[in-house]
Amino acid sequence: MSLFNVFNVAGSGMAAQSQRLNVVASNLANADSTTSANGQPYKAKQVVFSATPVAGSGSSQGVKVASVVEDNSPMKMVYDPKHPMADAQGYVAMPNVNVVDEMVNMISASRAYQNNVDVMNTSKTLLLKTLTIGQ
Amino acid sequence: MVNKLDDLTRFHQAALSLRAARQEVLASNIANADTPNYKARDINFASALQNAMAGTSTELPVVKTSPQHLEGNAGGSILGAQMMYRKPIQPSADGNTVDMDVERAQFTDNALRYEASVRFVSEQMKSMMTAIQG
Repeated sequence: MSLFNVFNVAGSGMAAQSQRLNVVASNLANADSTTSANGQPYKAKQVVFSATPVAGSGSSQGVKVASVVEDNSPMKMVYDPKHPMADAQGYVAMPNVNVVDEMVNMISASRAYQNNVDVMNTSKTLLLKTLTIGQ
Repeated sequence: MVNKLDDLTRFHQAALSLRAARQEVLASNIANADTPNYKARDINFASALQNAMAGTSTELPVVKTSPQHLEGNAGGSILGAQMMYRKPIQPSADGNTVDMDVERAQFTDNALRYEASVRFVSEQMKSMMTAIQG
């Protein structure tokens, strides 16, 4: 039944988008983390989506998070000589998290998630209607 | 009698299974709205239904000249209908051709038409029941 596969496809989309939302939350929460477990300032992370075939169907493509990559753009250098992490010149390396980008990412992820929920709801309605054939 | 019942529902059965398959393709497009290099796909419903009713397939058969040749898979097809690529209206930088407005509109349209087919077949069943029961 194709309509049951829609649940798998939309479900994979929801899982991928919620992982993206998770990464955005991590970036936003660490926007001011000047140090982490490895002693380096926090680096912004981004998810990489890729299409993946869904089990039980040859034609439809679900989504999976292929990898989570670190943003290698330079750290923001802020002049603050009193900061304990300041270097010899008095600059502190702040994470390369762009808060505006992350907010945009967050809205995009939540809208895409909503779309997938709508797809799932519609398919559920159709399946329930199908069950009433002949009644 | 069984043949007649079969004839009665054949058209809507074909239409419903094609609609359901198309719904899955459109769901894939919507799920992959943010996947780089994903190309939106769809089927030509009218010709697919015509072919289904005529009992033919739009797939081109692969000529096998040796028993060792593998079965050809013509780049994805559902229920004998060839999957085609959508022409992007506004191409995006990451190579993704999913246009969310188009996909949502097509998805809703397809869902409504599926419901219509369900309603039709249901009504046909009811009138057949009336004919049987008197």
